[in-house]
Amino acid sequence: MSTMRDAFIEEVHARMGGDERIFFLSADFGSPRLDALRADFPGRFINVGIAEQNLVNVSTGLALEGFIVYAYAIAPFLTMRAYEQIRINLALQSQLKELNVNLIGVGAGMSYDVSGPTHHCLEDLSIMRALPNMTVFSPSDCNLVRKFVDYSIKVKSPKYLRFEGKPLPGIYADNIEKINIEDGFFELRKGGEICLVSTGYMTHKALKVAGALQWEGIDAGVVDIFLLRPFDPAALYSSLKDYRYIVTIEEGFIGKGGLDSIVASTLADNGFGGVIKRMGFADEYIFDIGGREYLHRLAGLGEEDISRSIKTILKVA
Amino acid sequence: MQVARKEMCSPLRTKAAWVRKEALRVHKVAQETRIASSLSCVEIFTALFYGHVLRFNPYDPAWEGRDRLIISKGHGAISLYPILADLGYFDRKELDRVCGEGTFLGGIPDPVIPGFETVNGSLGHGPGVGCGMAIALKRKGRSETVFVLVGDGELCEGSVWEAVMFASMHGLDNLVLIIDRNNVSMLDFCKNIIDLNPLEEKLRAFGWEVSSVDGHDPDDLALALSRLKGTQGNRPKALIADTIKGKGVPSLESDALSHIRNIRPEEVDSIIEAMR
Repeated sequence: MSTMRDAFIEEVHARMGGDERIFFLSADFGSPRLDALRADFPGRFINVGIAEQNLVNVSTGLALEGFIVYAYAIAPFLTMRAYEQIRINLALQSQLKELNVNLIGVGAGMSYDVSGPTHHCLEDLSIMRALPNMTVFSPSDCNLVRKFVDYSIKVKSPKYLRFEGKPLPGIYADNIEKINIEDGFFELRKGGEICLVSTGYMTHKALKVAGALQWEGIDAGVVDIFLLRPFDPAALYSSLKDYRYIVTIEEGFIGKGGLDSIVASTLADNGFGGVIKRMGFADEYIFDIGGREYLHRLAGLGEEDISRSIKTILKVA
Repeated sequence: MQVARKEMCSPLRTKAAWVRKEALRVHKVAQETRIASSLSCVEIFTALFYGHVLRFNPYDPAWEGRDRLIISKGHGAISLYPILADLGYFDRKELDRVCGEGTFLGGIPDPVIPGFETVNGSLGHGPGVGCGMAIALKRKGRSETVFVLVGDGELCEGSVWEAVMFASMHGLDNLVLIIDRNNVSMLDFCKNIIDLNPLEEKLRAFGWEVSSVDGHDPDDLALALSRLKGTQGNRPKALIADTIKGKGVPSLESDALSHIRNIRPEEVDSIIEAMR
């Protein structure tokens, strides 16, 4: 199993030889695969140091001169330390000028579990999708990540790529050929009355929950949302409208503009008459120490917690 | 010699005097504009655009052969409006409508205005963006220079110093940082907020080539800027322009709060008259 960053960097590396427009910048953050890239392209790899603000600003200058830029850092620091640089120089400026900067944030959600709340990244989806002109990509596996590389070169606008920190198994396989990044989501599993809507790591959990519920005679659908902005509400609504119960599951604060609000507002705007249950992290930081699943259980996001919630909703518990 | 030349009325000095009056006229129309900050850099803009420093093309503002000018102290660039209009970037009539409904000339300029390179108005962004442009130009094998104008109050932004470190590490000798050292920030004199002097020594310690100049002598400015533009040497360059915030308006010149002072429309004409 590869990490998302290694899968993505490998593909970018493969294109750098044939495309002299590509620059790769890091805020002193690495990966095994990055060592090969920086050895091969010392003129187009820059380590700006532990300086996320400058990472974004230098990337902007390069992009204004026509380069395609990848800016790589730890997700919470990239998005929150440098948020104003992202807002002014990328989101705002790209409305007037063509700018292709791809912000690669590693450490989505609780990827860095035991590193504590400075490294937990539970706000990024909310704040990044609040920015006009910003693409927000939250993949659930490396097949999507690889697929995004050509899109990142072709679409000349600022993008935030929210990458899982740990290796994850594949979700998409041959069906990756059918998927368009622009579609924004994919129905991985068709259900009966209930559908789980998730992104990133939580899509793996949603699939496990749906698999377990099947043994109990509950047929749950799973929709994986991988593009949170731009977004086609009509398409999502048409996929969800026939369900009676929708459960959103995310590694983010709930009720604060993240995945749940995309789904809830899409459903509300279209007159959805069913029930929406939002699952994620409550409105407080987490100082408890332990692995990711332990932290999930404390937050009521363990597989059994989610199954129990679903059965409560369906009144079969 | 120096004194004698300064007393002469050089074409650049005449132009700078005109720019100052025009900037005041803009402020008369648009009271929202930051006039004191825009007056300290009048000679800097005059030298850049009329002193044969910048390469530019008003009829093709995005011309690849232009030198890049990032005005990081975005609010203090009202004095550039009359220059850009004079050079043909846009119609002079627009100067009568600054901050009016439907105009593109706002209280703080954006790159919707032909001739403005980047979005500014939030401070501390220009140096880092300028570093990116300078590296890009080097990688493309191009010879244009990137000029970045910052205010001295702006130097309190940490992102400026991230860029200062980066520029010397990467030997960006095609980057010229012009510091409009007018000694006044928003609420007080800089020395009472964060005193960065001796600034020259700080920048030198970071590996920059540093010089200073009388920021109200457009001839000296043009000479200094042309010299910096023409030299290589693997080091980024800073030109500290010693200026007076609110230059030309006696009531502003010694005021610690000049940044937020307006000159009432009815006062502007008499101030301009007194300049003759």
